[in-house]
Amino acid sequence: MNEDPIIRFEKVVKRFGPVTVLDELDFEVKKGEKVSIIGPSGSGKSTVLRILMTLETIDDGFIEVAGRPLWHEERNGERVPATEDHLRSMRKEMGMVFQQFNLFPHMTVRRNVTEAPVHVLGLSKQEANQRAEEYLELVGLGDQADKYPSQLSGGQQQRVAIARALAMRPNIMLFDEPTSALDPELVGEVLNVIQRLAEEHDLTMLLVTHEMQFAKRISDRVCFFDKGKIVEEGPPEDVFGDPKEERTRDFLKNFLNTA
Amino acid sequence: MLLGIAWDTSSNWAFAVSILPILLKGLVVTLQATVVGFFIALVLGLILAGLKASPLKLISWPARFITEFIRDTPLLVQLFFLYYVLPEYGIVLPAFMTGALALGLQYSAYTSEVYRAGIESVPLGQHEAACALDLTPKRSFLVVVLPQAVPRIIPALGNYLVSIMKDVPLLSVVAVLEMLNVAKIIGDRTFNYLIPLSMVGLIYLILTLVAAAAIRYLDTRLPKRGIPLK
Amino acid sequence: MNWLSYLPPLLEGAWVTAQLTFYSTLLGGFFAFAFGLGRISHNRLLKGISVSLVEIFRGTSLLVQLFWLYFALPLVGQMLGFDWRLPPMVAGTLALSLNIGAYGAEVVRGAVQSVPRSQHEAAKALDFTPRQTLWRISLPQAIPEMLPSFGNLAVQNLKDTALVSLISLGDMTFRAEQIRNFTQDSTTVYTLLLFMYFGMALVLSALMMLLERSVGRWRAGRA
Repeated sequence: MNEDPIIRFEKVVKRFGPVTVLDELDFEVKKGEKVSIIGPSGSGKSTVLRILMTLETIDDGFIEVAGRPLWHEERNGERVPATEDHLRSMRKEMGMVFQQFNLFPHMTVRRNVTEAPVHVLGLSKQEANQRAEEYLELVGLGDQADKYPSQLSGGQQQRVAIARALAMRPNIMLFDEPTSALDPELVGEVLNVIQRLAEEHDLTMLLVTHEMQFAKRISDRVCFFDKGKIVEEGPPEDVFGDPKEERTRDFLKNFLNTA
Repeated sequence: MLLGIAWDTSSNWAFAVSILPILLKGLVVTLQATVVGFFIALVLGLILAGLKASPLKLISWPARFITEFIRDTPLLVQLFFLYYVLPEYGIVLPAFMTGALALGLQYSAYTSEVYRAGIESVPLGQHEAACALDLTPKRSFLVVVLPQAVPRIIPALGNYLVSIMKDVPLLSVVAVLEMLNVAKIIGDRTFNYLIPLSMVGLIYLILTLVAAAAIRYLDTRLPKRGIPLK
Repeated sequence: MNWLSYLPPLLEGAWVTAQLTFYSTLLGGFFAFAFGLGRISHNRLLKGISVSLVEIFRGTSLLVQLFWLYFALPLVGQMLGFDWRLPPMVAGTLALSLNIGAYGAEVVRGAVQSVPRSQHEAAKALDFTPRQTLWRISLPQAIPEMLPSFGNLAVQNLKDTALVSLISLGDMTFRAEQIRNFTQDSTTVYTLLLFMYFGMALVLSALMMLLERSVGRWRAGRA
């Protein structure tokens, strides 16, 4: 693993009205690292991902992705707020999988996966189709390419969403509670895909989740967020097995079998 | 000269100012036709709604057909129909009344739907609670359903009132001296259509905007949960 | 009761009515999108123009608009040195389409704004531009939402075409008036006319429903 962090948050502040969701957050992720983010709701976990995906702005602080500033630009040696063009180029580094899948309902599965590669990356229809086949096979849905999202189960839709994000070949994959909206019996198929991704590819992965067992299994590092700051972080055996902070212990009490 | 007032063609501005009172006289007729037409629409609509709600198919189906028929045919043609056909059967009405009747008839199809939608929008749970409390159907309708249906009905009816006002110009074809007709006559006689017609357009725009604001205000003042009963 | 002999001229008029309805609904749809999308645009000028035009054409009577275009516009042209006399067909189509466009603009606006925000976020995550998002993601999902209301507007438009008879355009109503003038057989002529409009309205509604069904194919439920 490369030593320079691929993601770096420096004293990032994010407020929603009177509520401070991220409180001077310092956060780093190394290239190829698989990081799980856990914590109570409102702790800012999803916000971190959304800020990285440029879906939310920041109120203060500095973020670097792959060595380049995310929400800022260097112009004439000065740091200025980023323009839309800059953000567009930065977005290509990241792919996101949403809790509610957010597939495009009016497009077939194949079209969902090929639309962005064709119209954003400029690939030819053929190349995009090849990629789509490759990634749909990877998530186990190679034979569903001509179906519409409304014809698939929640687990299948989420797997398509993963293929759609992967087809853009990002360096960083962001998973925002990918299984929280699924019926329990469908959670496994999605987690299996994510696990295969973690084991077989050196993508950098950030996973916000409540599936503690799963986080323990695939993560290099676990971060416990509370009230907009990282309370405790470290290898899963440490955070789950021997939590040092009381808040961590209190939170983990709600989940059985995390040790 | 029209309706007893002469106009001044010395300059465009003088012309506009001098025909304004004439147009306003036409406006009075417009407003009268709107109110009468609306009233007829309210009453006829209620009757239609009642007929449509009848459990007897013999009554409800023809009523539904009539409603659909009125809704899908032009107001202008209905107006001609009433104007030319009624006298053949011995009913002779002044043109104004024929016009108002046509307006009321056309819009009764819409108001009957508003009544129905308003009543249906009261949650089923309300009917069930009233039933469980053993209220008579009549009382349950009067004190439970109706007060809750009214706030939902009023804005829709208000909008139709404005629509009726915008349809009144059709009455000019049966020689009712409403605002547009007055403007057209002035234009026919002076060959200056631009000023009268533009003024009419402007007056209508102002009226519509004021009415829309009034309806919005009324909507905020109406308690959403129903007319309060002490 | 010679109603069969009334049919040929009425059918000629019906053809004019149908053409008028078709062109004005089509053009009106175009205006609806232009005004509707203009209303939600970030460009202040575009937004202002769209809002104003919508308010003007919704807030004034259609007949007033029709008369204005037919009688008053030429005078404006005269002042500016142009020949802006519109033939009845053009004035009629224009007035009808502007009117339906203004009402349709609200339908378009509402439908586009009803597309869930999460769709915009997914598009942004895939790095689509705002324009790409509008045309490839939002509009295709908004269109099935709009069609039921557009269906109603189309039938309303059909009814409104009767007004063009007042500027001497030979539509169904105009022909009926002619026949009535000639034969004084009001009851038959107008009853026939009413049923013809009713029939056309039913056909139009059916067509719109077919359109709705074919455009919304992807909305079918779970297999």
